[in-house]
Amino acid sequence: MSIEISAKTIQPVRLSYGNLKERFGDKKPASRYQEAVYDVQPTTNFQYLPIWNTKHELYDKSKTAIVMEDWYSFADPRQYYYGTYTIARSKQQDVAEHNFSFVDKRDLFDSVPEEVKQAAREILVPLRHVEWAANMNNCQITDECYGSNFSTLAMFNAMDRLGMAQYVTRLGLLLDGNEETSLDAGKQAWMEAPEWQGLRHAIEDMFVLDDWFELMVAQNFVLDGLVFPLLYDRFEKKLTVEGGATIAMLTEFMDDWYKETVRWTNALAKVTAKESEANQELLSKWTNKWTDRLVGALEPVAAKAFGADGIEQLTKVKEELLARLTKSGVTGLKRS
Amino acid sequence: MPAKKLNLRKRYELLTRGMGWETTHQDMDDVFPYDSFEGIKITDWDKWEDPFRLTMDAYWKFQAEKEKKLYAVIDSFAQNNGQTNLSDASYLSAIKLFITGVTPLEYGAHRGFAHLGRHFRGDGARIACQMQAIDELRHAQTQIHTISHYNKHFNGLHDPFHQFDRVWYLSVPKSFVEDAMTAGPFEFITSISFAFEYVLTNMLFVPFMSGAAYNGDMATVTFGFSAQSDESRHMTLGLEIIKFMLEQHEDNLPIVQRWMDKHFWRAYRLLALVSAMQDYMLTNSPLSWKEAWDVYFVENGGALFEDLSRYGLKMPKYHELATAEAEHLSHQVWSVFCLLGNATGFHTFLPTEEKMDWLSEKYPNTFDKYYRPRFEHWAKQKEEGTFQYLAALPQLCQVCQIPMIFTEVETDPMQLSFRVSEYKGDKYNTCSDGCKDIFDHEPEKYAQAWLPVHQIFQGNSGGATIPEVLEWYKFAPEDGGDYIGSQDHARWQEWKGADDKVKQA
Repeated sequence: MSIEISAKTIQPVRLSYGNLKERFGDKKPASRYQEAVYDVQPTTNFQYLPIWNTKHELYDKSKTAIVMEDWYSFADPRQYYYGTYTIARSKQQDVAEHNFSFVDKRDLFDSVPEEVKQAAREILVPLRHVEWAANMNNCQITDECYGSNFSTLAMFNAMDRLGMAQYVTRLGLLLDGNEETSLDAGKQAWMEAPEWQGLRHAIEDMFVLDDWFELMVAQNFVLDGLVFPLLYDRFEKKLTVEGGATIAMLTEFMDDWYKETVRWTNALAKVTAKESEANQELLSKWTNKWTDRLVGALEPVAAKAFGADGIEQLTKVKEELLARLTKSGVTGLKRS
Repeated sequence: MPAKKLNLRKRYELLTRGMGWETTHQDMDDVFPYDSFEGIKITDWDKWEDPFRLTMDAYWKFQAEKEKKLYAVIDSFAQNNGQTNLSDASYLSAIKLFITGVTPLEYGAHRGFAHLGRHFRGDGARIACQMQAIDELRHAQTQIHTISHYNKHFNGLHDPFHQFDRVWYLSVPKSFVEDAMTAGPFEFITSISFAFEYVLTNMLFVPFMSGAAYNGDMATVTFGFSAQSDESRHMTLGLEIIKFMLEQHEDNLPIVQRWMDKHFWRAYRLLALVSAMQDYMLTNSPLSWKEAWDVYFVENGGALFEDLSRYGLKMPKYHELATAEAEHLSHQVWSVFCLLGNATGFHTFLPTEEKMDWLSEKYPNTFDKYYRPRFEHWAKQKEEGTFQYLAALPQLCQVCQIPMIFTEVETDPMQLSFRVSEYKGDKYNTCSDGCKDIFDHEPEKYAQAWLPVHQIFQGNSGGATIPEVLEWYKFAPEDGGDYIGSQDHARWQEWKGADDKVKQA
């Protein structure tokens, strides 16, 4: 590169790709987020019907009952595209890695009371299966959804869930010095212990839902809105009081992740509900249906986790969830 | 109590297996409804060997490092007006073809692998597909970001995704990826991971990336290299899935062989566009299509199939024809683009004397005999002002959707290759035995094809005249036609001086 050329200011002939100019005007260059997620998915002139689903085109708005004039009217408040997403998660995993090695190096688990470890085995370790299911469900949303904006978010979420299932697994391994007994017991509890069966049943029913937006509501609005505050926040606080601060260190990732992720589910709920009365009704119907079902399913888990206090804790979490969704414009929610 | 030592393999297994379970409230066949209808028999998904062992924490860490480096280069390229260091602005025709034709394939692969990442019954296979699904999204997004700077300074790059769904030559890649995506999951992965990524990816990757390096395009080289470590994971997945299917049950062999035959041919026809890019669009070509074919397919591919013969898998059908066509392919494809240069979103140009000498050297059996006279004739016509673009729209192959330009290279290279099938009383034209076989096996699928030329005739493409169609494509008048005299050319001269040697005629 010669100095003369680099010193020259070269006026661009356009600032953005055409689709972004149409959406956001051409006063300034589009952001990397906008370039990465808008309008990349094909929309028309599909060549062949999928042989595995001849009722729908390859990308088809009618795969959900939710109707959006523009499936790109929603923007991620975090402005994640692949680069910003991986860089953000890389920082978080650095912290998690540090915490795990710190706990390991200092043998911090030695000072955690056995009852607390047992509580973590019974309540937290089975959550690796819950996260695994969340990975499948978000992968399903990535597969079925409409628009590259949506598929990007769902894909990141799916991979996050795999990552969290792996962190829970590592917690399980630390709990018994890699003997795997905690993981085995967790799986057995997930498959057989009475307190988990309602949740497992509900999740298996989610696996076969037809409407991907209903799945979005069931998994990412309702189930996450109950499980994360109840078990990664309130239950961890209880364990901390009882001498289990070490465990809270190892699930910090989940706590941070939820606080961050709720920003986009809120934004999504808001835009979708605002679009039309019909959307708002569907969101209310699905939220009510899955709140009933999942609160019921979590009652025995809450009782096991908090004892006599369990139902009250769960009720508070449910109230917070419904208040938050109501604030986002999803009205008509059953509060009690 | 000292913790028990876990070796890496065991640790990885615990982090990726045993989290799924046999559902009891829903039938497993309802939870995984798509992984058995193709007839592939899997007796034990636990036999799946992960081709790469990456947990998510490691994935985030490695990928974030790569992204930081890549974006540092992209930023610096833009800041320093890296576009002025190209060998010639005409080189960008290759990048215009890339963002309109290849980047959307990356997005399609993202969605296709997400489908498999949800629907394969085996936990290990699902995770491998999910990793690829997010990688493919990465490739689409980094390509958009890299090429964004060129879009600010050159024409023809402004609406790649709108064009992918409509433009006559972009239905070649579109129909290719949608063919795989609308098939079952095992066929999809055979097509994309094996036939395309494992067997043929070097035919796409090496020409584009070394082409970029040879022509001063540091931005494209950088995203290419950055993607390469992902690609090597993807190639390993391609080989693993083939071995896995073949080891699971002997009944899988004929199905896999048929898919291999089909998708080899499908991918090879798609790469015909790359051949033209490589031999004609690049100002400086690092290697010819024929050379690349000989190294990456004949030698490397031959060794691969030798290795796979222990499973009973044979070389893909019609591979000999593809090798025979290697001496003709790029010339035939570039000819049709030149003849339809009024309807392309990139600039076309006739080969210079220097380029033709290079082509004579690289194609001693065919270039001077069949193709040089053609280009010289058009050059003369252009000089005299009598050159005319094709007035008629070309007929397209019902399967690969390339205009019917290929010839009977094994018998008479001047004779058009033309095959006809009948289905439900209608006639369907294909360009070759390879495409005809594909049609005849699934006529109900290929009869559905959205052929751009048919659609124009049926009035579904913005109007009946070429300008109306081009407007519907969002091709601006300055996007296509000859490079010489174009806005891109004028801008280039403004930066480099009008006396800069004209690299393309």
